Amino acid sequence: MTDAIVAEGLVKRYGSVVALNGLDLRVEEGTIMGLLGPNGAGKTTAVRVFTTLLDADEGRATVAGLDVRKNANELRKSIGLSGQYAAVDDNLTGFENLDMVGRLYHLGRGRSRERARELLARFDLEDAADRPVKGYSGGMRRRLDLAGALVAKPSVLFLDEPTTGLDPRSRLGMWDVIEELVKGGTTVLLTTQYLEEADRLADQIAVIDRGRVIAEGTADQLKDQVGGERLELSVATSQELATARSALADLAVGPMESDERQHHLTMPITGGSTVLMEAIRRMDAESVKVLDIGLRRPTLDDVFLTLTGHHAEEEEK
Amino acid sequence: MKLLQALADGSVVAKRNLIKIKRVPDLLVFSTAAPIMFVLLFAYVFGGSIEIPGMDYQEFLMAGIFAQTVLFGATITGSGLAEDITKGIIDRFRSLPMARSAVLVGRTTSDLVNNALVVVIMMITGLIVGWRIHSSPLEALAAVGILLLFAYAFSWAMAWIGLLVRSPEVFNNASFIFIFPITYIANTFVQAEKLPSVLRHIAEWNPVSAVTLAARELFGNTSPLQPAPDVWPLQHPVLASLGWVVVFLLIFVPLANYQYKRAVAR
Repeated sequence: MTDAIVAEGLVKRYGSVVALNGLDLRVEEGTIMGLLGPNGAGKTTAVRVFTTLLDADEGRATVAGLDVRKNANELRKSIGLSGQYAAVDDNLTGFENLDMVGRLYHLGRGRSRERARELLARFDLEDAADRPVKGYSGGMRRRLDLAGALVAKPSVLFLDEPTTGLDPRSRLGMWDVIEELVKGGTTVLLTTQYLEEADRLADQIAVIDRGRVIAEGTADQLKDQVGGERLELSVATSQELATARSALADLAVGPMESDERQHHLTMPITGGSTVLMEAIRRMDAESVKVLDIGLRRPTLDDVFLTLTGHHAEEEEK
Repeated sequence: MKLLQALADGSVVAKRNLIKIKRVPDLLVFSTAAPIMFVLLFAYVFGGSIEIPGMDYQEFLMAGIFAQTVLFGATITGSGLAEDITKGIIDRFRSLPMARSAVLVGRTTSDLVNNALVVVIMMITGLIVGWRIHSSPLEALAAVGILLLFAYAFSWAMAWIGLLVRSPEVFNNASFIFIFPITYIANTFVQAEKLPSVLRHIAEWNPVSAVTLAARELFGNTSPLQPAPDVWPLQHPVLASLGWVVVFLLIFVPLANYQYKRAVAR
């Protein structure tokens, strides 16, 4: 087994701000690694180091076996980058954008054009191919940007927040496209703020916070660490809250948390809807008026809270 | 081989920028509208009060207008690069196995083509308001050549500033502070000799004055009735202009390249 991406002790500082604080990462060839973290965690900085846009202050990194600093030019031939802003030229048509990228990968005129048409067809942009990108929707621009990253059939692909800012429908479309694409055996490093996205697309997830990887594993492993499913319940009075707490105590598989002011109860459970139904039956038997009750899956914020002790949005700059 | 590749990459980038001129013709319209208004303003409003010994003000004015036009035209290099950074296009370029110099070479080259177009439009405007070329076609061509060479060198300075500030809005404000004095504290619209002493020294050594006077002489728009300049750059304006071109390129090509290698979005 070879690693397509290796990072050892990467450090990058901007003045007093430490963007990368000893980042270690290994991505096995042919797999999809999801780099999960909030804004400002260092995801984009890491991608920029891997794609030779930025030199790290300390540490070393190799991509496709090539050192990002010493073999930068060679390395650029085997990578593709699709950033978070859809780096396409508004004034060029979709075809012209891809053809330009092909020429800059030195594919040669004929091959470059052929490849551009091929990708436009594959990403469902054939009809818009000869219109300026200015008139494209957000989802179309992202697809074109992703197509640009694939022009040279790179062996390692970097997708920096490929769905940030997209509406839910375009996001689903983008996920289909990415899933399709990785069936071909490309190694992918995907950064995202959404656990759901990493969950669906990535084989392995590395949770990154303050420039370091703080947890690594499959989506299920991470969720187990967070504590899995929870049952949440809201009632009208503190008296009812106390009743609910004692009636449900034996269903909890860990400590229950109750919020006296909101009259809100959270408890870790296993068993899903069976437990939910049992809880509703007991509330009914105790004549507790339930305002809201439901199951909740762990969110990115739960992962963060559990792993770091602080909420994800506190990190936003 | 490597040089050929770099040139090919540069031409791909230049082509991309030139497509923009074709797709957004407003850009060319607006980059000529302002200088045309200047021509009309100076030729018909201010011109009447400005006396140039031995000639009509229109004859004197046009070389200054050309210099101003190409300088303003060269600022597109900076705002274009700043815009490409903001949009992440520079990130994409820098992740490609293309020649490192291609983006800057392509950008400055396409802006040179744009400037050449604008100069042609301005020359036609000049002919309409009564400006005439009194020299040989070869000399006139040399005048255009010097204007464009200087604009090209100036483009590299703008490239550096654009990559430094990384925002088209900031660039437009920043370049204005720089462009305004260099364009107007010069012999572009008035005779440098008539300026008050401190400004006069600045104007006499201003590269734009040398370029303007070089163009003026090569177009045959000077008169023996005008006082002979007493500083070297204005006694040898062609040589001085070429000297400034070399100096600008020597300083700003390396600076712009250095800044490009460090340029990332945000």
